[in-house]
Amino acid sequence: MASLPNQQETITLDTFLRGLWQENPVFVMLLGMCPVLAVTNSAINALAMGLASTFVLVASNSLVSLMRHFIPKQVRIATYIIIIATFVTMVDYAIQAISLELYNALGAFIQLIVVNCMILGRAEAYASKQRLGATIINGLGIGAGFTFALLCLGIVREILGAGSLFGFDLFGDQFQPWVVMILPPGGFFVLGAWLLLFNWLRTRREAKLLETEGAPHDG
Amino acid sequence: MNTTSANNPPLPPTPAFNMLRTLGLVATLSGLLVVLSYQVTLPMIERNKQQAIEKALYKVVPGAVQRKDFVAIEERIELLDTQPEGTLLYAGYDQTGQLKGIALETAAAGYQDVIRLLYGYDPYCQCIRGIQVLKMAETPGIGDKIIKDARFQQNFEALEARMHPSGKGLQQAIVPVKQGNKTEAWQIDAISGATISSNAVARMLNETSQHMVPIIMKNLPIMEQF
Repeated sequence: MASLPNQQETITLDTFLRGLWQENPVFVMLLGMCPVLAVTNSAINALAMGLASTFVLVASNSLVSLMRHFIPKQVRIATYIIIIATFVTMVDYAIQAISLELYNALGAFIQLIVVNCMILGRAEAYASKQRLGATIINGLGIGAGFTFALLCLGIVREILGAGSLFGFDLFGDQFQPWVVMILPPGGFFVLGAWLLLFNWLRTRREAKLLETEGAPHDG
Repeated sequence: MNTTSANNPPLPPTPAFNMLRTLGLVATLSGLLVVLSYQVTLPMIERNKQQAIEKALYKVVPGAVQRKDFVAIEERIELLDTQPEGTLLYAGYDQTGQLKGIALETAAAGYQDVIRLLYGYDPYCQCIRGIQVLKMAETPGIGDKIIKDARFQQNFEALEARMHPSGKGLQQAIVPVKQGNKTEAWQIDAISGATISSNAVARMLNETSQHMVPIIMKNLPIMEQF
């Protein structure tokens, strides 16, 4: 993961887009697998979890970035965890206020955002070294990439496992749902299939790049 | 990935005050934000909970359009004051203020986690008129049939829960039977393949009714006045 470790990043389109594709937290970095597998049994749950995680990511990393000169190295992890836990608690209350049904569907996974390594990882690797602007843009990109990945899983699992999309019935009564898709094994199957697709796309693109550049280099 | 090198000069030691200052500041800020969001969202969360119960109540007590809350303290039932200390009962009335039924909350361990549901008791036919799941985590496609299976829901059109003539418990306990073997009004026709979830529903209805039905029947006049 090459995220400009110790120098200030100038904000470009790439600051945002990197999170969607090259550094996608799910399909490339394989971070935050717990909610990825657990709450993607429907598209709406996936979207809600993606948005909640994005909010926590952007808000906590902004605060970490603002305070980066005041956080001594020795207590940084404790500080990050307190900051992240604060925003997770706020999201937890907000979701209860928006819809109890959604809150019940997401279960314990809202609280578990605290230990999502995507968020702590961003705080440690990026926000603690970068300016506020770049941190917000990068956080939004990573959050969008996470939400996109969750939706990729949620949409496929809901269509196959329940015959619906965002709660709307797609196929009528004749459809026999493939229930395993909304059970935990289905999460692994669909994640595996998406990883296969993304890796195949990446390998193909790299191969094409090498072809256009001429003879392949060592390594 | 690791960019720290041996060439970096050693960092000067951090004074203890700086660490305490940062942690203290962050903890204070955290406390303020958490309490603030709790205070702001509390009325909305309470309203959502009330709406969820109301929605379920009107489904399990057919014909009810308004409600009044009661609380059962030992053998007595009284109008709910500000501090509930006993079992909550939600009485549903029609437009003319006639009691249509009483909704009760009950819970038991299901296959994955505790199943919590609200059920409607009709004191005039001494039967259960409907169930609504408030919270559960049963396996999708299997255990969640207790909500979706129309045939299972038919069990609760008039499930007998008659008070024993002695005034203690039920005359006949509510029991689950294998799918298709229901012969008596107090039996629950279980879902084959979702036996644990069906049995949990039967068990919780039986346990709560054994305890609550005699109390409801003894205190009925209090709840009949709207």
